[in-house]
Amino acid sequence: MTSLILRTATLYLLPLLLLLSVYLLLRGHNEPGGGFVGGLVASSAYALHMIAFGVESARRILKADPRKLIAFGLSIALGSAAVSWLAGFPFMTGLWLPHTLPVIGKAGTPFLFDIGVYFVVIGVTLMIFFTVAEE
Amino acid sequence: MLFIVLAGFAFGFLAPYLVRTGRAAGAILAMLPSGLFIFLAGYIPQIAEGERVLFHHDWLPALGVSLTFCLDGLSLLFSLLITGIGAIVCLYSPSYFAGHPDLGKLASILYIFMASMLGLVLADDVIALFLFWELTSVSSYLLIGFDHGREAARKAALQALLVTGLGGLALLASVLLMQQLTGTFQISAMQDSPSLLTDSPLYAVILLLFLLGVATKSAQFPFHFWLPNAMEAPAPVSTYLHAATMVKAGIYLAARMSPILGDTQLWHTSLMSLGAATMLTGALLALLQTDLKRILAQSTVSALGILMMLVGIGSGDSLLACMVFLAAHGMYKATLFLAAGIIDHETGTRDVEDLGCLCRAMPVTCAATLLAACSSAGVPPFLGFMGKELLYQSTLSTSMTGFLTASALLASISLVVVAGLVSLKPYFGKGVELPKSPHEPPVEMWLGPFFLAALGFGFGLAPGYLHRALIGPAVSASLGRMTEVQLPQWHLYDVKVLLSLTAFSLGGMLFWRWSFIRRRLSDLTFLARFTPGRLYEASLDGLESVASLQTRFLQSGRLHRYLLTVILTTVSLLAWSFEMDGVDIAGLKLWRWTDIRTYEAVIAIIMVVATVVVVCASSRLVAVVALGVVGYGVALTFLVFSAPDLAMTQFSIETLSVILLVLVLFKLPKYQKISTNWERLRDGAAALAAGGIATLLVLLVTSADRMPRLVSFFAENSFLQAKGRNVVNVILVDFRGFDTLGEITVLAVAAVGVYALVNLKTEGHGDGADRS
Repeated sequence: MTSLILRTATLYLLPLLLLLSVYLLLRGHNEPGGGFVGGLVASSAYALHMIAFGVESARRILKADPRKLIAFGLSIALGSAAVSWLAGFPFMTGLWLPHTLPVIGKAGTPFLFDIGVYFVVIGVTLMIFFTVAEE
Repeated sequence: MLFIVLAGFAFGFLAPYLVRTGRAAGAILAMLPSGLFIFLAGYIPQIAEGERVLFHHDWLPALGVSLTFCLDGLSLLFSLLITGIGAIVCLYSPSYFAGHPDLGKLASILYIFMASMLGLVLADDVIALFLFWELTSVSSYLLIGFDHGREAARKAALQALLVTGLGGLALLASVLLMQQLTGTFQISAMQDSPSLLTDSPLYAVILLLFLLGVATKSAQFPFHFWLPNAMEAPAPVSTYLHAATMVKAGIYLAARMSPILGDTQLWHTSLMSLGAATMLTGALLALLQTDLKRILAQSTVSALGILMMLVGIGSGDSLLACMVFLAAHGMYKATLFLAAGIIDHETGTRDVEDLGCLCRAMPVTCAATLLAACSSAGVPPFLGFMGKELLYQSTLSTSMTGFLTASALLASISLVVVAGLVSLKPYFGKGVELPKSPHEPPVEMWLGPFFLAALGFGFGLAPGYLHRALIGPAVSASLGRMTEVQLPQWHLYDVKVLLSLTAFSLGGMLFWRWSFIRRRLSDLTFLARFTPGRLYEASLDGLESVASLQTRFLQSGRLHRYLLTVILTTVSLLAWSFEMDGVDIAGLKLWRWTDIRTYEAVIAIIMVVATVVVVCASSRLVAVVALGVVGYGVALTFLVFSAPDLAMTQFSIETLSVILLVLVLFKLPKYQKISTNWERLRDGAAALAAGGIATLLVLLVTSADRMPRLVSFFAENSFLQAKGRNVVNVILVDFRGFDTLGEITVLAVAAVGVYALVNLKTEGHGDGADRS
């Protein structure tokens, strides 16, 4: 598809959508949002780019291989769950830092877990999309 | 003690690097088992005093399961056998497999097996014991199938795994029942109140399941068939697993449980008959074989039967006989197997008919074999002689004297023949043409067998030390109380000596005419059709045909059929559970028309119309778009009922689904009607049923009493306990975080599946292309 309107719009939409996805991820704990929907929004940004510019270009701007994103996300999620276990609490007990951080707010293992979910969702969606589109 | 047990697992990973050290590999490999042996031997004085040492480690405290290890006479005797023979096998293997590419793998599994076996005999917790029990089965599977290029090896490995694995499950059921009755997983604690088990109405069931477990592991009749087949394993493996240690795990467990389950008429009768049947089967079948290792395997079956029978008799004398015989058997049978391995290695054949006059070429191996064979045949003053005399003494003092003594005599005769077959036939007589010209193997290979055989002689001469240090405490442990069982004195004119002499003379005659007798007996091969081994094969074939039948039935390969199955199953299960719970459908609090707002009605109507359009669409694009409308309608509904999280997710999913469908739209075949009207009606009915049941479920959930409780629980605890105000997200990442972890893993697997599926198809060769 070589629609000029779509291409131009995508160029502006991509950063906005990515920003929105991060925003959704960060606010998820207190307001509507979260890692899952954040990941979906981020993947739709890349999917849009893929439709406008093709798979190769989408892969190029994503930089990381979706498969590695899945592995990365799963490791973060599992790691966040293991933190409390290593600290002597039952597996997956939520642990929080005593102070709030700038931008992020309260940080703790559930938040880390959400980041893991975010990356797994991006990885899975884009892996399926790229694979199907390349076929 | 935890370290002692787990060391094998830890070093198992290092073993492949250890064997790369070249000529010293055997000595280096043997260092771990011999170190463990020395460490364990350090406990001998303490245990000989009658102490029992317990080592407690928490494992699953919430379930009452622990990694408790118990060192008493019985477990010490077994652990010394395991580590001692383990050291010899480790020394032997690298020379036996010189140059084999998979030697590292073998060494690894041998270590892991040793650790599992140690764990099995040391565990005081029945769950831990079961775990180690299964680990030995698994490592046995890997070791029998070591030479996995051959079909026979693979089949034998699978057979051993299936038979012992099935028994393992029965054992698990049995120990769980024991736990239910006694309230503890600890064997040492069960011992305090054995009447809880023996007086229970479930006792017979427990015993039956228990016997299934030990009989499969220790190759008792009718499960004896897997052991000779397991001789597909390389010689050091057969030595270690299928002669000296693993097959004795069943005997160990029977002796261990004897104070808990034993001392009932049922126990004595069943174990004695089981043992006697096994003893006779093995004794007879041993005479029919010509392969050295299979001869030895069948005689091992016979020996295992003897041991089981002795545990079953259950008196102090018989347990003494059991432990002496066990130690003697461990030493001589390991020697004979290792020697058989040497012969195979040096000559290229194991068939006794093809062997002869090897004593010149390998005098040391010959000497070791002769020493071991003397012990095996029960020649005085070897340890085997004492074992056999004690065996007669036990059988003479039971209620079934006549039958058991006669069986023991027959088994001894067979053992004499076997001893002759494996020690005289290959080494003496006239020389024959051999595939390879034999010579003495490297010292690593003959040192172990020779040492073990000499030990059998030494302990025979001076049994007192062995008795005080190991045998006595082992007997006490299996009796469940301290005893002072004395070794008897021998008299020349005793009936037992007479029995031994009878065994020698009859066995000698049989050996002399063996070829003739074997051929006569082989004429009876038509009987082979009725053996348990055939039954196993028949049931395996049956299982396979049932599997392929139901695969043809269930796996039609059509998505349409799969969906229908899944939906109908869900609907019927839900309907069934509504029926069971007695849900009052008529009494459900339904809506009032006045509650419905106009825009809600509009959304609902749009969705219904879109659904009709999906079903009636004449092009795929229309169907996709209409389906999208349904999805957005659902999202709107979420929004209207103040669930922004769900709405957002639904919107994103719908968008992405449309993108995905657009991607594949042009690659799909022409959109056409492929089902008949009748099929469409049927599918419509299924869809309506699914929708109806889902509606019912929602109505039920929202009207149920527990609804307010859930709402208030999450509302109250979300911020206090999980520090988040968005309840939906807190549930996802915290309260039900474990589910989410599982779900993202499933997502990842699904993505890998799609990737594999698409790429398999596009590569255009192999099965994928044929099926598509």
